[in-house]
Amino acid sequence: MNATAIRAGFLTSVQDLGRPGFRQFGVSVGGALDTHALRVANLLAGNDESAAGLEITFGGLRLRFGDDRIAAWCGADFKARIGSIPLDAGHPALVRAGEEFSIESPAGGCRAWLAISGGIDVPLVLGSRAGDLRAGFGGVHGRPLRDSEQVPLGENLPRAKALIDKLRAEKIAPWKPPHDWSNTAHRTPTLRYIRGVDSDRFVSTARELFSGGNFFVSPDSDRMGIRLDGPTLERKKNVDLLSEAVAPGTVQVPPNGRPILLLNDCQTIGGYPKIAHVITVDLPFATQLCPGDRIRFTEVSIHDAHALLLERERNLEQFRRGLASHFK
Amino acid sequence: MEITPLGDSALLIRVAENFDDAPEDALNKVLAAQRNLEAIKIPGVVEIAPAYTTVAMFYHPTRVVDSGAPANDVVGWLEQRIREALSNAPTDTSRIESRPPVEIPICYDPEFGFDLEEVARRAKIDSKQVIELHSGAEYRVHCLGFTGGFTFLGGLPKKLATPRRDVPRKEIPAGSVAIGGKQTGIYPIRSPGGWNVIGRTPLKLFDPKNNPPTLLRAGDRVRFRAISRDEFEKSTS
Repeated sequence: MNATAIRAGFLTSVQDLGRPGFRQFGVSVGGALDTHALRVANLLAGNDESAAGLEITFGGLRLRFGDDRIAAWCGADFKARIGSIPLDAGHPALVRAGEEFSIESPAGGCRAWLAISGGIDVPLVLGSRAGDLRAGFGGVHGRPLRDSEQVPLGENLPRAKALIDKLRAEKIAPWKPPHDWSNTAHRTPTLRYIRGVDSDRFVSTARELFSGGNFFVSPDSDRMGIRLDGPTLERKKNVDLLSEAVAPGTVQVPPNGRPILLLNDCQTIGGYPKIAHVITVDLPFATQLCPGDRIRFTEVSIHDAHALLLERERNLEQFRRGLASHFK
Repeated sequence: MEITPLGDSALLIRVAENFDDAPEDALNKVLAAQRNLEAIKIPGVVEIAPAYTTVAMFYHPTRVVDSGAPANDVVGWLEQRIREALSNAPTDTSRIESRPPVEIPICYDPEFGFDLEEVARRAKIDSKQVIELHSGAEYRVHCLGFTGGFTFLGGLPKKLATPRRDVPRKEIPAGSVAIGGKQTGIYPIRSPGGWNVIGRTPLKLFDPKNNPPTLLRAGDRVRFRAISRDEFEKSTS
């Protein structure tokens, strides 16, 4: 069964948890920029957390459903509706055949992840359904969704069917996950990082400027990375290194001294020195940054980074178990 | 051997130094390290990816802890396993088996090789000599990256080394063979790029419908065979 994108919006693409395992062939890991938000949305919609959903950038999507489904979304400060009924982030809702899910441009932040029960059923390419928009494969023909396009959906899992039956009367579930899991936009975040592999290649004032300085998001930012204006970060010697691995979260500094915070569609290897690596639990905030937004950086230890990530995963596991009662 | 966190979900393992003096040796060490690390199958490790003198190991901290690593020292636990795996590894890296050399047809027509003249001018030779030098050498694939399947080849004749262009081009056609500094490489898909393009191959080097998705892999030996424009057109039609 299909849904129809009556309006595809500014930039909407099919994303799942990405395509790890192919970096040695130069293939980006890709996937939802905020995998945590997609995982939560999927659990709310009665999917496995790895199901493919839609990553919506700056809104504008209108999606008409062909059959009854559960829909749930997490992300920035968007106004979403089913028909004329508002649907807040984090609340699973029953969308009936013929009804329309719509989402306007956001008041803060820029991205949202929409999960639909059954998941988006585009073909697996190299183990993932994620659209790699730069290389042009995966998702819907390797490109963003277009107006009037059909979006294929998979089979509802039994738990999604159970929730569909439960929501026939009330339509929208009154419960939701922790607020900061479903509403992820922060206007001026401070991102925590661990010291970069090449931190010693920068003059000491550059390291000080990075930690504590104000940086502003440049319009020239996308799913590959966020370019930052602000203090110029000077290296000791202006030489490019032999290319080596980079990863989402890596902050690399090209010769112009302006840092780039890499996101999921980043290249697999690069030759610019790496001054920092933003920790996994803070990357979701980065994915909501809009041109002109201010961010700061503060250093933490790798042990802190791991402790925070383990805590988040434990909480998600607990949430997953707690959900079971809603799906019976 | 230096092991450094590349963020909280990857480690960068430096297995070779002095790339410029001994690039083949660095490549063999990197390939050996990749293979030895893959062989020990550390739980929670997602993938191991080679570059020039380093391999990167990507891992899920939660899964690593679930398989026994102490939560307060995930890196130390991984590091110990990496050092064990690599210290027991064969030290003679000269006998890494490699697949038979791959021949890449390339058309050096100036319409495809729009920087051929520039490379010749810098080398103070004519473009015919550039073609002879470039297609006469044997190369090895050091790594793939930048875009899916972009092939970084070592073994470029020194005379042909040409600095990257100051302003990268917005679009380089798929199959373009190019020179960037001391390296040569092949753009598998249409993409922006700053290297000097000297020709084009009709071969499809990257196809995500296949697994593995690339024709070439790290360690492969590569030779270029010059082909005419006619032959190029025939093999693409």
